Formats: sequence, structure tokens, C-alpha cells
Amino acid sequence: MSTQTADTLLSFEEALERFDPAMGLEVHVELNTVTKMFCGCSTEFGAEPNTQTCPTCLGLPGSLPVVNGKAVESAIRIGLALNCEIAEWCRFARKNYFYPDMPKNFQTSQYDEPIAFDGWTEVTLLDGEGAGETFRVEIERAHMEEDTGKSLHVGTSGRIHGADYSLVDYNRAGIPLIEIVTRPITGAREKAPAVARAYVAHLRDLLLGLGVSDVRMEQGSLRCDVNLSLAPRVSAGSTTDVPLGTRTETKNVNSLRSVERAARYEISRQAAILVEGGSVLQETRHWHEDTGITTSGREKSDAEDYRYFPEPDLVPVAPSRAWVEELRATLPEPPREHRARLQALWGFADLEMRDVVAAGAIPVIEATVAAGTTPQAARKWWLSDLARRANEQGVDLSDLPITPEQVARVQALVDEGALNDKLARQVIDGVVAGEGDPDAVVAARGLAIVSDEGALGDAVDRAIEANPDVAAKIRDGKVAAAGALIGVVMKDMRGQADAGRVRELIIEKLS
Amino acid sequence: MPEISRDEVAHLATLARIELSDAELDHLAPQLSVILESIASIAEVAAADIPPTSHAVPLTNVFRADEPRPGLTAEQALSGAPEAEQQRFAVPRILGDEQ
Repeated sequence: MSTQTADTLLSFEEALERFDPAMGLEVHVELNTVTKMFCGCSTEFGAEPNTQTCPTCLGLPGSLPVVNGKAVESAIRIGLALNCEIAEWCRFARKNYFYPDMPKNFQTSQYDEPIAFDGWTEVTLLDGEGAGETFRVEIERAHMEEDTGKSLHVGTSGRIHGADYSLVDYNRAGIPLIEIVTRPITGAREKAPAVARAYVAHLRDLLLGLGVSDVRMEQGSLRCDVNLSLAPRVSAGSTTDVPLGTRTETKNVNSLRSVERAARYEISRQAAILVEGGSVLQETRHWHEDTGITTSGREKSDAEDYRYFPEPDLVPVAPSRAWVEELRATLPEPPREHRARLQALWGFADLEMRDVVAAGAIPVIEATVAAGTTPQAARKWWLSDLARRANEQGVDLSDLPITPEQVARVQALVDEGALNDKLARQVIDGVVAGEGDPDAVVAARGLAIVSDEGALGDAVDRAIEANPDVAAKIRDGKVAAAGALIGVVMKDMRGQADAGRVRELIIEKLS
Repeated sequence: MPEISRDEVAHLATLARIELSDAELDHLAPQLSVILESIASIAEVAAADIPPTSHAVPLTNVFRADEPRPGLTAEQALSGAPEAEQQRFAVPRILGDEQ
């Protein structure tokens, strides 16, 4: 049964005084191949329901799967980027279960022979306490499998429990998935939730750099399950091995922020049970984004006896060492090195770079700089107005309806003196509102700076005339008073003037 | 000698969503034991020099190019569905009996 009753929680701080969290993170990433894992159906996101299926991904009798070579290539490259060994020989396996999201009644996955195993990666904490600290995360395995269909639960609650019936769309069934599993992450203590978040952010950057996935958490192409358990805290320096506690698995945590929140919540919830002498139930839990809590899902029971066996319809995958080395040579610079190189290139201070990284702005700034903008100007636009918009809309910077090239064009107009910052912001407003390219917005909204010296001079004259007291002060040498007149002129010109030029004119006329 | 118990058969039946009566369980458990036993006899001839295999053909790396192929229309896909709604397969409520 779904238990919506409020859990008893121990404060995070108290929980950490008494317990050490151990986490295992399972990340599912949808590959960006054009076709599915085992058939030639399109993988395009957002198509009408059940328009991207065939006998193979519908599990119809007589159909036979064939492996997508590009997906294997991506899997190997992901494994290599995570410093994994690549299997010399491995098989697919059937994971048998009855659940209508898989029409075949099994999911083709890998079991004890993953394509990649025994890897590691390093994660750097970005914000909050311990920023800059590096954690090594051991990767147990990365294996190939296929995504499931999408169920729509019809009924009162909209969730699985209490649904009257379900409607299934199999467009997603069979899309290549790579599941990346960490070994238990221990010793992070109070930083555990931040490490979980940083790890997923790091994977996202890494996968983006590899070009193997869209890694859009909001579209579900990157999903994280958080396994978490608590063990009694051992004193610093103790070498006693404390066994891991009973874990829960919180499913489908679909934003970086939620990864951190879900880990924090489970630490507080489990600690409250343990201090009362209770025991944590090994179960799947559901994360609720709106309320920030987890609730009990299916209990792990014999219904999850998957009876894996080698897939008889697919032959083994045996990547030659030559192929593996060929793919290794295609790996991009790892994100950390990439960041360090860009920081040096752009001349950003550590704090500036940290903000850039935290905002996920590296790719857009890179593209804006490539389009001819200085790094500082590119940083200014993306981290101020645009970051605020992205934040308000809950989307990534790259999802905003403005391109790096358009931002570069706005800055170019500023550099040419055709726009000031205030007007530039309005141009960006216009582009984001879908009014077209920066030049089109400037023309349509009439936003260009008035460079007509005559009109500007008239406005300055009017301002002086209307404010004789201020004018007198400036004549007496109190140049600081010019600010008040600049304001009047700018208002008169509806902001469409170069404030620097206005100041020059005022001083000229009053000296 | 491998033997499959009546409880194990009941468990498998649950996993496979097959409803079996007590009489059927009594009948099937010994039969499945005989089948397992027969298959296990392969182990007797499989000496150490015969590698275990899961495939009849000694092939590896059969891959397909990542090129889309036309599939079914939604109408075709749904044509075999007992029930459909909103261009989706309608299925009985999931986890209705708390699996």
C-alpha cells in the first residue's frame, strides 16, 4: 500500500552525528542513437503515441532482434570515459518480469557479463561547504539494456497505486539505455547528498562531452536511482569495518536538486527509524518532487525474481582490442581538464568559474566566445539575465529560446555602440519572446541608440533648462551632479542614448 | 540429482502468472523433476574440454547500422490489442493485487 503518512525525521545534523551514510547510485542514460537498441524504429522524442514501433519492440511472435552497432560503440566509449575495463566477450540476458511497460514480458539487458566494469571517476564538489573537494567514485559496471514503454495511469491518483487502468505508449520501449552503477560511496558523511548531486552533474557533463546522449533530465534521458543505507558512525581513525545497513532504493529522481534532496531525506528518515530501535525496510521508494519526501513503493519480494538467462536470440558481443583502442582515441578531454583549460583560456577567477560551472554555462559560453564575444561579456549575459530566466522556468541555459550566436550578436551591437546594456537587455527579452533575431528585434522595437547628435544635444539642452540648480552646481565644478542630468536625458530619450556620450555633452555645455 | 519441489513449482507458477490448482501442482511437480533430470544428464557427457554455450552458432558481433527502418502505424500496432484508448494500449490496473 502507498503510505502517504508523514515520516518521523531526525534532523540531518543529528543523523550525521550518529550514522554514516553509504550510497550507491544507478544512473540510466538514454543514448541518442537514431534507432532503437534491437530494431530500426526511430527514437525521436515527442512523437505521437505508438507511432515508433515494429514487431520486434512490440514483442510479436517470430520477430528477431539485431543489435545496434552504434549503441555498442557508445557503451564502450562511456565505459572508457569512466576508466572501466571493456569486456572481451559478453552477452545480453533476459530479465523476466510481467509488467505491461515491456510488451515482451522481459527486458533485454545484461546480467553477469556487463560490457564495462571496474572503473572510477573523480567528482569535484562545487558549491556549499567543501567546494573544490574531490571524491573518487568507484564504478562497478556499465551495461547495455533497453528502455521501457511509458504508462499513463488512468484513475483518481494519477500514480500507480489506486489507478483503475493504465494506457501504454511503446515509442520509448527499446530505446538504448546504459545503466551505470557505482560501488557503495562511503566516507562522504554530511557531504554525501552533495556528492550524489555532483556525481550526477559530472556524469551529465561527461556524457554530453562524449556526444552519446541528450542527457536531459527533465525529458527523462538521464535518470537516477539513489540507494542509501546508514551504518552506526565509527570514530575517526577507527579501522573497524562496519557492515552496510539495510538500503532503500529511491527511484527516478529526475533533477540534480532532487538527487541531493532525496539523499538528505532518506538519511533523516532512516536515522529516525534506527534511533528508535526499529529497522529499515528494504524497499523501493518514490520521490515526490512537490512535497520533497519519499514514500514506500513496491516491497522487494519474490515478484522481483527475474530469472535472468542468456538471450538466445542475440549472439555475444566481443569487441576486439583494436576496436576498443580506436574508440579510446575518440574520447574528448575529460570535463575536469576541459574546465581547467577553459578557465585559463578565459582568464576567469576561481569564484567566477565556479559560478559558471554551477550554472551549467560552460557549453553556452564556449559557443558565445566562438561567435566572437569576449569571455567576460559572454559570462555576464549568461550568468545574469539568462541564468535568472532559466532558473525561473526550471530549464537549462541551453534550453532557453536564445542561441549563443544571438547573444554574441547582441554584444556585438553593444560594442558597436548601437545598443547600451539596458537596451541590450530589452533586445534579449525580444529574442526570448520569439520576436526573431537581435537585429529584427532592434528594428521592430525601435531600440537602437539615437546617435543623432542634434537630437541628443536638444535633449541635453532641455534637461539643463529644466534643472537650473543642478546645472549651476556643475558649472561650479561639482561634476558628480551630472548624474542627475544624465538621468533626465536618458528618460527623455527613452533609454536610447549612450550615457557616456550624454555625460560628455553635459560637461561640454556647462564648462 | 536435481529435484524440483512442489513449493518451487507453485512459486514459478506465480511468477509466470499461471494459476495452478493443488491437483495440478501435485501432477506437475514430479513431471518437471523428470524433465530437469533428463536435461541434467547432458552434464554427464559435457567433459571439461567442452565449453558451456548459450548459442547454437559460433558467431559474435552481429550488428545493425543505426539507420531507421519503417515500422508499424499506430493502427497496425494497436490492431492486436484487446483494448486501446487515446492511441495507447489499455491494460488492467498495474499492481492491482500488490505484486
